[in-house]
Amino acid sequence: MTLTFEDLQQIAKIEKDKQEGIKYQINVCVAAGCLSCQSGVVKESLEREVNRRGLENWTRVKGVGCLGLCAVGPLLYLEPDGVYYQGVQVSDVSEILDSLGGSPVSRLDCSSHLPFFKRQQKIVLENCGKVDPESIEDYIAEGGYQALYTALRAMTPNEVIDDVATSGLRGRGGAGFPTGLKWTAVSKAFNKTKFVICNADEGDPGAFMDRSVLESDPHRVIEGMAIAGAAVGATNGFIYVRAEYPLAVRRLRHAIAQAERLGVLGKNVFNTTFDFEIKVRLGAGAFVCGEETALIASIEGRRGTPRPRPPFPAEFGLWGFPTLINNVETFANIPPIIRNGGDWFAEIGTEKSKGTKVFALAGRVNNTGLIEVPMGTPLRDIVFDIGGGIPENRRFKAVQTGGPSGGCIPEQFLDMPVDYESLAKVGSIMGSGGLIIMDETSCMVDVAKFFMEFCMSESCGKCVPCRVGTTQIYNLLSSITNGTGKSADIPNLEELCDLVKNTSLCGLGQTSPNPVMSTLRYFRDEYEAHIHDKTCPAGACNCGGSKEAK
Amino acid sequence: MLTDDMKKKIEEECHRCGNRQGACIEAIQTAQTFWGWISDENMEHIARFLGMSPAELDGVASFYNHIYRKPVGKHIVMVCDSVSCWVMGYEKLLDHMTQRLGIGLGGTTADGLFTMVPIQCLGACDKAPAIMIDEKLYTDLTPEKFDRIIEKYREGA
Repeated sequence: MTLTFEDLQQIAKIEKDKQEGIKYQINVCVAAGCLSCQSGVVKESLEREVNRRGLENWTRVKGVGCLGLCAVGPLLYLEPDGVYYQGVQVSDVSEILDSLGGSPVSRLDCSSHLPFFKRQQKIVLENCGKVDPESIEDYIAEGGYQALYTALRAMTPNEVIDDVATSGLRGRGGAGFPTGLKWTAVSKAFNKTKFVICNADEGDPGAFMDRSVLESDPHRVIEGMAIAGAAVGATNGFIYVRAEYPLAVRRLRHAIAQAERLGVLGKNVFNTTFDFEIKVRLGAGAFVCGEETALIASIEGRRGTPRPRPPFPAEFGLWGFPTLINNVETFANIPPIIRNGGDWFAEIGTEKSKGTKVFALAGRVNNTGLIEVPMGTPLRDIVFDIGGGIPENRRFKAVQTGGPSGGCIPEQFLDMPVDYESLAKVGSIMGSGGLIIMDETSCMVDVAKFFMEFCMSESCGKCVPCRVGTTQIYNLLSSITNGTGKSADIPNLEELCDLVKNTSLCGLGQTSPNPVMSTLRYFRDEYEAHIHDKTCPAGACNCGGSKEAK
Repeated sequence: MLTDDMKKKIEEECHRCGNRQGACIEAIQTAQTFWGWISDENMEHIARFLGMSPAELDGVASFYNHIYRKPVGKHIVMVCDSVSCWVMGYEKLLDHMTQRLGIGLGGTTADGLFTMVPIQCLGACDKAPAIMIDEKLYTDLTPEKFDRIIEKYREGA
């Protein structure tokens, strides 16, 4: 079947009509974080109780995507009152229903967390907490798939690419390559067969943005990919997702099946000559597969080892065909850019980093969870206003960005705006968006060792600098943390880091020294204390040398 | 031997890829869902079905952590050892789990119920420490909470 614009509007209208007469809507977060603290059971209980009381004609219980403040889940959001409830249990259900139309249950109210919600600007996450991730109709009711319609019926592929270029959108996977340029390269590649790949192999320790987007709003990613396919001339798409995200995989598969049923994926989408299908591919547990050439190798059924670039996937990608690879969040930005225009997007953010960025806040911070802020927001606002500061009145020490490829940023740079350039300037990277907050109890040498151990075990082993270099760096860090470090270790570390950075084959190796280099730069005194005084200033390492360090 | 159902699924995947090797990781995943792990014999069956040599296929399989080449327990306990879990006290928890189950990472309990493996990140950093048993995520773990969870699986066995 082929869908028309009228059909889209009809679907949206039917959905909206269902809302007719509904006075109260209770949105229950059903993303993985809240589900793991029983939000599914709370939702069922609410539904049962609504039916038992005969309230179903004016009270609707709806499962929605991530509400963001995962720290205090399960979360509920009440419309139209705009009240957020935290830590809701089955035993609270009656009281919540009793209070509808009256004053909110103050014990559950989380309005004290208001800055968390107020300081954000949501583009990628605009539907999170609003639409039912398992309903394509609900997505359409919020304007979903209109951007795909516009791209196919009212714009030429070049106009679509121009809009993306105008927006200034840069790759959200970490490196920040201009998306418009990438699309142009693939569209100009001369070949009948092309592919679009969505990189959902979010392996960065500390990052969970892509998981939340896929669990909360899978159709947005599908729509973004289809628009990309139309723009660059591809008819086949792959989404490479980690097997560690079973809920995201299930929702994605469900969403693709719905999209195929309605005809927004498949043959002759919106009565045009455009055909597009998407296939989900499951990762099998290898961090390096997040690197684009390794990811392609894995889809081709080979060991996931990277290869030198150029040629870039835009010319020589999957099975040798021109291939567009973008990250989940990049694709999720596409529908709003097409709907509102590239100029609209370019207004948001800083001069060189446009739009918003989704961050995963974790570690020693009060409000852990998922947030979205305009590029250029100062780190201090993120950690202290939105994040609510450090628990137990401890002192902030550093924020780690970019996972094993990033660095630790000390307090002196907290007022720095978060954008690609500023982060690079202080020796870190934007990365995919994980922000791990560390307090005075975290030892920075130990942190560097932790990330080096990660890179060492995830190195694919293809090139020597990464395979051997990460092990050597790790050994040096181990001896420093267990109290057997020598003065020469610091210059040796610096030399090794320089070598691994400049001679490794792919991004994993090239960026793996970042955590060591940035901690050496800002927390050199901690290294020296371990080596010369045999003490760990944070009290985390056992430097006495008597026992094996943990 | 590959079941007809497996063959059908693998064949569909081959068709989608346009070549048989492209389907090999999916083929192994499909088979593993059914058998729990991939024995040498079954590796040969899959390789033959895909027109690859067993060594070639094993070369691919050995690259990936989630492809099991020896028998595993009924439930896979994936322990996140990533940075947030580590910052939030994963090491103490691991000690407890090791003691409680009587196995280390990579080990399988004597009753064949649990295999415990490390995992680089479960993406549950906001509610660390976290583990995943089969496909179910458990977060904000404490030793007591872990004991209760394990008891439930034991009762259900």
